[in-house]
Amino acid sequence: MAGPTSFSAWSLLRRAFGGSWPEQWRSPEPQAAYDAVIVGAGGHGLATAYYLASEHGFRHIAVLDKGWLGGGNTGRNTTIIRSNYLWDESAAIYEHALKLWEGLSQALNYNVMYSPRGVMMLAHSHHDVRVFRRHVHANRAQGIDNEWLTPEQAKAFCPPLDIGSSVRYPVMGAALQRRGGIARHDAVAWGYARAASALGVDIVQNCEVTGIARGPDGAVTGVETTRGPIRTRKIGVVAAGHTSVLMAMAGVRMPLESFPLQALVSEPIKPVMPCVVMSNTVHAYISQSDKGELVIGAGTDAYTSYSQAGGPHIAAHTLEAICELFPAFRRLRMLRNWGGIVDCTPDRSPIVGSTPVPGLFVNCGWGTGGFKATPGSGHVFAATLARGEPHPIAAPFSLDRFRTGRLIDEAAAAAVSH
Amino acid sequence: MLLIPCPWCGPRPELEFHHGGEAHIARPEDPSALSGTEWAAFLYHRGNPKGSHAERWRHQHGCGRFFNCVRDTVTDRIVVTYKPDEKRPA
Repeated sequence: MAGPTSFSAWSLLRRAFGGSWPEQWRSPEPQAAYDAVIVGAGGHGLATAYYLASEHGFRHIAVLDKGWLGGGNTGRNTTIIRSNYLWDESAAIYEHALKLWEGLSQALNYNVMYSPRGVMMLAHSHHDVRVFRRHVHANRAQGIDNEWLTPEQAKAFCPPLDIGSSVRYPVMGAALQRRGGIARHDAVAWGYARAASALGVDIVQNCEVTGIARGPDGAVTGVETTRGPIRTRKIGVVAAGHTSVLMAMAGVRMPLESFPLQALVSEPIKPVMPCVVMSNTVHAYISQSDKGELVIGAGTDAYTSYSQAGGPHIAAHTLEAICELFPAFRRLRMLRNWGGIVDCTPDRSPIVGSTPVPGLFVNCGWGTGGFKATPGSGHVFAATLARGEPHPIAAPFSLDRFRTGRLIDEAAAAAVSH
Repeated sequence: MLLIPCPWCGPRPELEFHHGGEAHIARPEDPSALSGTEWAAFLYHRGNPKGSHAERWRHQHGCGRFFNCVRDTVTDRIVVTYKPDEKRPA
């Protein structure tokens, strides 16, 4: 099988003088059987397939998607990357991801434009100050960079920020993770798709899973799809907001609720935002893409929904907060507003591992902040799927924790209000 | 924004309400007899359906009362609202 075009200065120069770029991944017809089937061709699903092929020797893997790859939350999020959560379990998995981000463009030979420009989380109340300082201390004990800034230091790091006392919720300080930042979300999906396809992974788009088949012993035997049945002994469900729907096909009720989460972008402007700024209290987060658009995220809507839209008042509320914090942005026009469906767990931590159904594995519950975990999530989920037992980093995030009560409560560190 | 018909106050904007999650989850009759699995099912496991969903709302900035609501989670269209002691309409 021919590998993908290798990107180099030479290949870029050569293409500049003619010829179109070849397709970066194959679009095969689904085969009758695979060693493993991943449901969902978002970043997490494609990363899972890539690591199954590259690190665990799987040769016959399919990644199925009801739409196009990267067309769900991977293409809808605000691309923020950080690892400064509170508990050790979370620190381990998000830091695992952050370390993979640092070398991802080289590993995939595809520029995912990871940009560690710093993620600054604003504190607007004494409660915020105490919580964030606690996070800073916890992170330093975990070996993760996170530092406390005074309002003046926050202003120096992000000049457009208003730290004046006339703001409705004045900035009382900030927690800064310098290694945090952003990446190009589409490139992450495309890079993993390209690398996985080169290793023989079949990415089958426009192929919706409509049923999960099980044998007399209860173990999975395959999936029914809109493009025919596919036999397999291992299924990895990586379907974000639609996880409950898929798991119901196997009779499994999940501790998940799906909410719309909205984002919006402004018209492109010259570079003005040097970093990512998040504010949980006033409900906004903002960064600037390399195209110049300000990328703004809101909180979730109040009710469960699969509508991928949400109410305009949520976005309006976020823009009020942005205008309060960044008065210079008040006359900017917004270009687009959209929603994605995020699957939230009761403890705001993901679920990565096996299920009561033999052969059925699930990677879900990343809620409002899954993008940052993409490489780490795929990496530990692939190991879990391949070995049939949890990767040590994934082990605390088992579905079983809701039975044992060993929850990992990240409601504060998840940053987006639910 | 949803326009939600409170069974007591009539149609009011969504901002007056608080979403209360899935409806008709009954507290166990004998909590001390429950296994861990049964507790997990009661506390955490939810149907989260794509389509018709029975859910609780509280008219927080109005009469303050809870009520139930059937809503389509694909279109967000509200089918019916009803009082907490009433059965889900067929």
